[in-house]
Amino acid sequence: MKLIKLITIITVCVAIGNAQQTPADKQSKSIAIIGATAHIGNGEIIKNSLVSFDKGVILNISKYTGNEDLSKMEVINAFEQHIYPGFIVPNSTLGLIEIDAVRATDDEEEVGTWNPHIRSLIAYNAESKVVESMRPNGVLMAQITPRGGRISGTSSVVQLDAWNWEDAVVKEDDGIHLNWPSTLSRGRRSMEEDRGLKSNPKYKSQTAEIETYFKQSKANSKSNEGSQNLPLNAMNGLFDNSKSLFIHVNDEKGIIDAVEFSKKQGITKTVIVGGYETYKLAAYLKENKVAVLLQRVHSMPSNDDHDYDLPFKMAKILVDEGVIVALETSGDMERMNSRNLPFYAGTTVAYGLSKEQALQLITLNTAKILGIDARYGSLEVGKSATLFVSKGDALDMRTNHLINAFIDGRKISLETHQTELWKRYSKKYSHQ
Amino acid sequence: MLKKLLSISVFFIALSLSAQDYFPKNDGVKTKNTNFTAFINAEIFITPTNRVENGTLLIQEGRIIQVGINVKLPINTVVIDLEGKSIYPSFIDIYSDFGIVKPKRKSTSGRSTQYAASREGFYWNDHVRPEQNAIDEFKYNNKAAKSLLEAGFGVVNTHIQDGIVRGTGVLIALDSKGSDSQRILSGQSAQYISFSRSVLSQQSYPSSIMGSMALLRQLNHDADWYEKGNVTTKDRSIEAFNQHKNKVQIFEAGSRANALRADAVGDAFGVQYVILGGGDEYERINDIINTQAMFILPLNFPKAYNVEDSFLTNSLELEAMKEWNQRPGNPMALDLSGVSFAFTTKGLKSMKDFKINLLKAINYGLDKVTALEALTTEPAKILGNQKLGNLNVDSYANFLITSGDIFAAETTLYENWVNGSRTIITPLSKTDIRGDYRFTINKDTYKLKISGTLSKLKSEVTSDSLKLSSSLNYQNDWMHLMFSMKDTTSQQFIRLNAKILSTIESIKGKATLVDGSTPSVELRKVVDTTKTSKTTKKKESSPPIVVPVSYPNGAYGFSKLPQSETILFKNATVWTNELEGILEATDVLVKNGQISKIGKGLKSKKALIVDATGKHLTSGIVDEHSHIAAASINEGGQNSSAEVSIEDVIDADDVDIYRNLAGGVTSIQILHGSANPIGGRSAIIKLKWGAPAKELIYNQSPKFIKFALGENVKQSNWGGYIRFPQTRMGVEQLYIDYFTRAKAYDTKQKSGKPYRKDVEMEVLAQILNKERFISCHSYIQSEINMLMKVADKFNFNINTFTHILEGYKVADKMKAHGVGASTFSDWWAYKYEVNDAIPYNASILNAMGIVTAINSDDAEMSRRLNQEAAKAVKYGGTSEQDAWKMVTLNPAKLLHIDHRVGSIKVGKDADLVLWSEHPLSIYAKAEKTLIEGVTYFDIERDKKMRTAIQSERNYLIEMMLKEKNKGMKTQPIKKKDKQLLHCDSMNFNQL
Repeated sequence: MKLIKLITIITVCVAIGNAQQTPADKQSKSIAIIGATAHIGNGEIIKNSLVSFDKGVILNISKYTGNEDLSKMEVINAFEQHIYPGFIVPNSTLGLIEIDAVRATDDEEEVGTWNPHIRSLIAYNAESKVVESMRPNGVLMAQITPRGGRISGTSSVVQLDAWNWEDAVVKEDDGIHLNWPSTLSRGRRSMEEDRGLKSNPKYKSQTAEIETYFKQSKANSKSNEGSQNLPLNAMNGLFDNSKSLFIHVNDEKGIIDAVEFSKKQGITKTVIVGGYETYKLAAYLKENKVAVLLQRVHSMPSNDDHDYDLPFKMAKILVDEGVIVALETSGDMERMNSRNLPFYAGTTVAYGLSKEQALQLITLNTAKILGIDARYGSLEVGKSATLFVSKGDALDMRTNHLINAFIDGRKISLETHQTELWKRYSKKYSHQ
Repeated sequence: MLKKLLSISVFFIALSLSAQDYFPKNDGVKTKNTNFTAFINAEIFITPTNRVENGTLLIQEGRIIQVGINVKLPINTVVIDLEGKSIYPSFIDIYSDFGIVKPKRKSTSGRSTQYAASREGFYWNDHVRPEQNAIDEFKYNNKAAKSLLEAGFGVVNTHIQDGIVRGTGVLIALDSKGSDSQRILSGQSAQYISFSRSVLSQQSYPSSIMGSMALLRQLNHDADWYEKGNVTTKDRSIEAFNQHKNKVQIFEAGSRANALRADAVGDAFGVQYVILGGGDEYERINDIINTQAMFILPLNFPKAYNVEDSFLTNSLELEAMKEWNQRPGNPMALDLSGVSFAFTTKGLKSMKDFKINLLKAINYGLDKVTALEALTTEPAKILGNQKLGNLNVDSYANFLITSGDIFAAETTLYENWVNGSRTIITPLSKTDIRGDYRFTINKDTYKLKISGTLSKLKSEVTSDSLKLSSSLNYQNDWMHLMFSMKDTTSQQFIRLNAKILSTIESIKGKATLVDGSTPSVELRKVVDTTKTSKTTKKKESSPPIVVPVSYPNGAYGFSKLPQSETILFKNATVWTNELEGILEATDVLVKNGQISKIGKGLKSKKALIVDATGKHLTSGIVDEHSHIAAASINEGGQNSSAEVSIEDVIDADDVDIYRNLAGGVTSIQILHGSANPIGGRSAIIKLKWGAPAKELIYNQSPKFIKFALGENVKQSNWGGYIRFPQTRMGVEQLYIDYFTRAKAYDTKQKSGKPYRKDVEMEVLAQILNKERFISCHSYIQSEINMLMKVADKFNFNINTFTHILEGYKVADKMKAHGVGASTFSDWWAYKYEVNDAIPYNASILNAMGIVTAINSDDAEMSRRLNQEAAKAVKYGGTSEQDAWKMVTLNPAKLLHIDHRVGSIKVGKDADLVLWSEHPLSIYAKAEKTLIEGVTYFDIERDKKMRTAIQSERNYLIEMMLKEKNKGMKTQPIKKKDKQLLHCDSMNFNQL
């Protein structure tokens, strides 16, 4: 009795305090979700489905007949509702900054130019209030990526319901992030130069520096005695294919230069990040087996002459050509806006893709690009039960309404700092 | 004979250098030359429209004595025969900084912003410098004078090109042999004004064009007040400003848009500025005509872009390409519209470009008479000086002697006379050796072609159709030609020297060969009249191809503005936003720009029928908080800027207007930024793409002003540490202070007693008088509450809290105050004060009965506000109809424009959007967007525009490639720096 009282007090404290939601416990009982339309994530759907999972792993996914023996399972009725694989946001700084304007909360960018040894994972704040606000919209995983420099550092993939970063990690040190120099640069205001964009005079020397750095890295990776050079050692994974090379680049010429560079280095897993002009190079990227983490869909055309809907339809152009595309969200207010990832995908439907194709851009394709598709990204037997149930179409904000969400079978909280404030003040006014 | 004359006149010039007759002379006897000089047998342009042939020009002591056909020469006349030559009045540049050292930027001391003036006894703002007089800084610059004289200029009006009010200019005759006593024609010739800050001070105000405009207006009020003797203290700036009031006022606008802004400032005070334009006036010629201003036009036409690299070329915008193609036609366009103008060399990188660009303008169709007027009589007229720019009797003897038509490429400028003093550019005696020749050396026959201008000749030597490298030097009657041997591998040269006599049918000289032998050579002129006339004809008959102007003159502009139509939408799902709610399968008739009928089975014979089956028709989206379509957003130079107005800086050409239309937006409030507690006045506009700026503003627009609270006004996030207020505590006191003063001002104004007109106080008094509404940028509950209390204290209401992210915490208090809310759907965590922002805010406020809108503050979000509204359904469960009102009817109510827009109701403006789907759905696209019955966006027309943009780009790129191929100079690709503006965007760099 006393204990129950205590628990109640604790629960109330948590509910009204500023602390984050408590991470869910391990799945203790098999769960079956019945009746929902299952969006597999690979382009297929199963209407009136049965999805069951135990110990965090999907046991079965099939048409629900009503004849199944679900007696030992917790059954969740989801008729007329939808099941999706958890959405994944790549190239994200979630948990690296809490409040943009407060420098003390900023752990996004290290000093220096060549920082492959800088690892995002250890700074990832699993208790961020921004992170927890992802979950009610279905965003359950992220690739945490440092920013800045020529090589920003090494990213890791995490799930978004964890006690700490060790608890959160799904794939440690999955890739190195290289910021390819722009072929255009701006004049410096301090030198009273025109701020307009012009051809970058340093492009050639900057790309040459990259080439040199990679040559050094490769030589270092073959060193027998074991090198003491931390940055160069961190590059090793690129040459034994354990890490992907994420090249952040937007312009057509730069993309070609970057892809050719990567090929020349013998790197097999190359991903273009941002890629504003990848839509012009779809066939080329497909031919070279280069995947794209495509820039935020809700963004502006970079040039007055461009189609107003160019950022909305880029994904369609690439997908039609057979390029593996996933959506990323970097840019202004990227962390808080990452919960809009499903709506970025929804927008690509208005501009040509099918809903299931759009879904792939934030689930299975992302998982493939991050190298976690063996366990995540789609609703398939044997994969992790990282999924959620939404009342309606989760790609449309009118109907994206989560009922239940699971990460590795753990039933996670969909409450946040924000829902608590909402409830608190709604209650205040209801008493008035 | 000619030579004799020449030497005599040189002697004469030496004599004319004598100083003023009251100066003592100790190095000889006093002399005075009263001889006449006559130029006879010349074609004389007495004025651009008064030309005589075989005329005589008689001058004495720097003035013109007689001109015309029957001029009687006094006995003591030196005669110069100019048979076959022409005489023009020399040119005048009235926008020059000749002889003025460019003011150097004052280096910043320390990090903190300077708010106070650096000077004492002057105006409170350092950028107002009417007490500057160019004459005090002027130092005659021989080198600059030489290049001006060579370009044909005789007189320049020079001034200090720095500051907002720049003081007076000084009119200088380019009399290089005289002294300043002769050169200075007028010591205080005009007052110069601009929008640009002085580099001599770091005082922060003004930091925007609208701030400069407000400053100029307030200066005029203050000058008036001062003049009437109401000020007991000394202000040397205002005194100078008043002193120069009756002089010509020349305004450096530098662009069409700024020309209109300058003219508006002048009009308010009955001042007609002469305006330095930007070369883009043709884009909105009617607006320019309406200014009734005279213009000064730079001749700095853009060079073609180097478009060889097609990757780089992708970043070049159509607008820039069109500028290159169209701008040389600007002078002609102004002339045809009856706008008078003078030319200036301002903005030219090299004086060599002056003639090239002048000829280009003429090739584009500018009348030669107008061109000459723009260089002579027009600038003289602006300066009000009848003795300049013409060769009438008693005018200054400022004239040019040319070989013929001054606006022909091959014409030689021989002499430039200023104040009767002569500068020889090309000796008159110089024989013109241009032509084709043939000569033989050791049995090899060569052809020589000499072309170019007399001062810069070009040579081309060929032998057996093999082109040899060559160079030609022709000076002091000697021609030196050097050319390579026919055996090009030898790298050896033949030199040829010849003395040129008066005839060139046969030129005799000597060659020097590699072996040292010096055979005689005779160059025989080849006469081929048919060929030469043909080539010149060909040159003249290639008028440039100019692409048509569109509105706006870049991508997605209309070649013809769309018109209001009668349109019948059939069978739509109509979101009325009225009691009827959503009507299925309903027709809406649009007529005369209004919603004419709503019902089923409507018919109209004249109407354009739009089948809207399966589609949704809504009223247009209204964005309460936008920063698109403005040239500046923040006047952050002071903690209050009520005197500035966004209406002054609307940018009707911003492509984001079109992109907003494509997102179903029809009306927006462009708010001032949030850099200061009291911001500037708003502009409430309709997105009439293609219309000029002033036509975008609502008729009888409700008056609004932006206020702001919190981190931005405290300067928390960009390191200002000295400006009051630095805390929320200070913000309250600042408001109380300003409103207390405004109240006192208002009382005084109403009492009928004389008062100093203060625009800032006037605007704040409008708030107290409930004539102007506040939209206040706000986040934290404490400050929201505070501002409502301040308003209560002064007996007015806050109209709107914009952003208002913690509104949900004080919704009951807001309801009691009667204030509306305009918020973000889901933004948060970007600064400390939005830590408790929640996406449920709009739903809570709406449920509390507060008029709630969802706004953008962002050019990207504004084009999909329908999606943002849908988030109120997701977060907090607002009904779909209520959510839709948050981006249509509710913001219209907040802006007091709901009698015209915001719902589909008979009699309201036909501002409508046809959506492909449920408008709150992520899958919805705007297919048509109408404002007052005009279809400003149409998804099908958009497709055609895309194709048209591509083909126009390709066409212009092709033209530029040809230009490059012809060997013309090109400029590297550049892309303009477009910043998407937000609340906290400062744009110092635009000034």
